Amino acid sequence: MSDAPITEAELQAYADGKLDPERRSEVEAWLAVRPEEAERIGDYRKLGEALRTAYDSILAEPVPQRLIRKRSRWRRYAVAASWMGVGILLGGALGWQLHDVRPASVASADAATVMARRAAIAHATYSPEVRHPVEVGADQEEHLVAWLSKRLGAPVRAPKLEELGYSLVGGRLLPGENGPVAHFMYQAQPGTRVTLYVRTEAVENRETAFRYAAEGKVRVFYWVDRKLGYALSSADTSKDELFKIANSVYRQLNP
Amino acid sequence: MNEAQRLVDLIPRLRRYARALVGDRATADDLVQDTLERAWAKLHLYRRGTDLRAWLFTVMHNVHVNRVRASRPTDLLEEDMPELAQRAAQGDGLLVRDLDRAIARLPAEQRAVLLLVTLEEMSYEEVARSLEVPIGTVMSRLSRAREKLRLMMLGQSASAKLKLVR
Repeated sequence: MSDAPITEAELQAYADGKLDPERRSEVEAWLAVRPEEAERIGDYRKLGEALRTAYDSILAEPVPQRLIRKRSRWRRYAVAASWMGVGILLGGALGWQLHDVRPASVASADAATVMARRAAIAHATYSPEVRHPVEVGADQEEHLVAWLSKRLGAPVRAPKLEELGYSLVGGRLLPGENGPVAHFMYQAQPGTRVTLYVRTEAVENRETAFRYAAEGKVRVFYWVDRKLGYALSSADTSKDELFKIANSVYRQLNP
Repeated sequence: MNEAQRLVDLIPRLRRYARALVGDRATADDLVQDTLERAWAKLHLYRRGTDLRAWLFTVMHNVHVNRVRASRPTDLLEEDMPELAQRAAQGDGLLVRDLDRAIARLPAEQRAVLLLVTLEEMSYEEVARSLEVPIGTVMSRLSRAREKLRLMMLGQSASAKLKLVR
């Protein structure tokens, strides 16, 4: 046992459980013969527990909208991109919150985040459809892919996601700020839907990393790969699962 | 994960700390909002690889000090605050109110240390970095804050004592 006297700072560290085991047992031995000190330090521990009990519930509260940044930025881009009124209304109704994913230096990042939002809106619009989820069904996949490739002016493909439990429902053509957009829908049992939004980029970009945004229940992974921008959306899957799917899509499209 | 996402992830913790620091929800979220605005504007000054949480709490601390300075000097007067504790009912809400009152009566610099150690469970070094004071100062403030709070809670009625000592 060390002969070093027990300091007040060590007693505080003891109350916080921050002493190494050896010194801790020395402090315990010291406290064992000093009941008043032991009570005082015990009270400090109880105070700590009481504080955590009192305030920890705040951690689980939803963060108020005003603390989540980018709303004003989104609004500006919304106007700049001349969104369809319905898109703006839908976005407002859904209470879009982009978890900030701003890469500091990439000039095209904001264009990509606009894409992510448009993809989320498209997902929210079409994925609840029961009778008309797509324009062209998976039974005409060859025609669908040829048609979308022709309209986008770039070869697009519908990745295979069967291994992950998702089968192609079909696809449709959407308007986008750089021209037509290809929109593929996938479905797993029971009724879990994922959509892939593919657009041509106005300028050819370097590849970007995956970025993530969430809007209410719609989660989006999005990335840009030279001439094409991709956004994978779902309201029904976890972030981890969506990331897995995004990886699979990326690998298939960049063999 | 990039800094921006990590910063967003820390918002609930900023809210918890701010709530305990300033005592009411709306003022706490005002403080968090000001802190976040400042942090977003200054994020380029944050050095990658250093402790983002400590950096963020430093930003909050500075914003808080400025806000208090700009408003009213209550923190200087709290030793003279009247005894407010009045109890008629039981429940967690009451405990929070008691703690709010007791914490509000601590000098501001002691309060900050106690809350970072207790709620954030920071190491003393991290607290020293966050508040930009020497570690010896952290230890003495912590010790004084705890003893004051303990005496306040013990000084309240028997039911409070029971709740604390159990």
